[in-house]
Amino acid sequence: MNRLLRRYLAPALVFVAVLAVWEFFVRAFGIQGFLLPPPSEVVRTVSAEWPVVWPAGLFTLREALGGLFGGSIAAIAVAFAVSRWSTIRVGVQPLAVAAGSAPIIALAPITNQWFGITNPVSKMAVVAVMVFFPVMINMVRGLTDVGGAKVELMNSLAAPDFATLWKVRLPNSLPYLLSALRVAVALSLIGAVVTEYFGGSRAALGVYISQQAGLTRMAEAWAGIVVATLLGAGLQLLVMGAERVLIPWHPSRRLTPA
Amino acid sequence: MTSVMVSLRGVDKVFPRRKGASTVALEGIDLEIRAGDFVSLLGPSGCGKSTLLRIVGDLLEPTAGTVTVNGKSPSRARHDRDYGMVFQQATLLEWRRVLGNVALPLEVTGMAEPQRSERAREMLKLVELVEFADHYPWQLSGGMQQRVAIARALTLEPSLLLMDEPFGALDEMTRERMQMELMRIWQETQTTVLFVTHSIPEAVFLSTQVVVMTPRPGRVAGIVDIDLPQPRVFETREETKYFDKLVEVREVLRAEEE
Repeated sequence: MNRLLRRYLAPALVFVAVLAVWEFFVRAFGIQGFLLPPPSEVVRTVSAEWPVVWPAGLFTLREALGGLFGGSIAAIAVAFAVSRWSTIRVGVQPLAVAAGSAPIIALAPITNQWFGITNPVSKMAVVAVMVFFPVMINMVRGLTDVGGAKVELMNSLAAPDFATLWKVRLPNSLPYLLSALRVAVALSLIGAVVTEYFGGSRAALGVYISQQAGLTRMAEAWAGIVVATLLGAGLQLLVMGAERVLIPWHPSRRLTPA
Repeated sequence: MTSVMVSLRGVDKVFPRRKGASTVALEGIDLEIRAGDFVSLLGPSGCGKSTLLRIVGDLLEPTAGTVTVNGKSPSRARHDRDYGMVFQQATLLEWRRVLGNVALPLEVTGMAEPQRSERAREMLKLVELVEFADHYPWQLSGGMQQRVAIARALTLEPSLLLMDEPFGALDEMTRERMQMELMRIWQETQTTVLFVTHSIPEAVFLSTQVVVMTPRPGRVAGIVDIDLPQPRVFETREETKYFDKLVEVREVLRAEEE
């Protein structure tokens, strides 16, 4: 009971406290609604704008997921090749690290030109490139950081390479892949929403937020941000659920210390 | 007449290092291991005992000399699954439960269910861990993990069990219990054992023959037959002859140092 309290009640209290301070601050100093609306007004606007904002969120979610899947699958495929042939690794690794530290979101105006501003592919492309590098780098690490003893064990059993891959390297890579996906789902929403700021379909969340902000309708803009946050939290929960199913054996999931 | 399980003739192992220098790990090793024997390779670190074990197990290739196992090349023997390997660390796959770990070699050789689980369960009975079949490795103590590793090494009924300091990471009490356990398993399975250790009492208590090795370069300093009565029991360690054998092994080691 005590543990449950600490786990759920404490964060809930902090959350409520932050909102309360925000509300108080706005009211006490008479801050104008077009600068920073109080949370109570944002909540009202979310429910009033829901018929517009929620479909816009789903539209953007589709772009984020499309890019996430495309980028992750490409990253996993490349990771297999890179971990299998060290010559490829030597060529690819420095490039991947350099590209991983580039501000990929800067590609947004270019992909908007390439694929057409209202075409969801223009957003998916940015998202795919954003998630590609963290997923690939982690996946390579997961496939190769196996430990010499496990490889020796499989060798002593005269196990063929695909058995070592399937029974040792792949399960070993799952925690690495899932922790990369946690980062990647957050990146995917950032990529989709921000690329929409540079222009996109009228049905998209990023377009909605930037238009409302441009009209100084701040409560509406904030409502859009609230929806984006809900979607991000939902995706995080999905990844955590996947961890529960795929790596119940991992130290991060153990209920009692080893 | 007893048959020869392992035969080494003039085995050298040289590890190349940078700038043309090289380390001679083993030099002129001649050794014969009879089927059914328990042979320890004993010596200080750096004497090449683990290297020698790996050459017998075909995890390393000798630079010179010939090795036969069961009258075959080590590579042939490995592909015939004549070996069981136990390492210093239990090297269990942490994503598999205990039963799945023991069944790993059977999966690699393609044995189908339900025979596979039955066989794995039999092996767990041999090491007295049947009730832990559904546990994850991290839920077991170090000694229990090592017993799982021994069960795994024995599932394919290898004619030669190779053990590389298997109890080196265990505390003294656990270690003595594991030695008793290993003696019982050796009696039951009639497997030939090649055992690497740097503990003189461990080598004398377990072995029918102790091969004393000295470092730089790794050579065989002498072979001591341990004709203590079988089966070895708790009281073996209290016999005068046991102490005589300790002294004999020590003197072979000391003679080399002078």
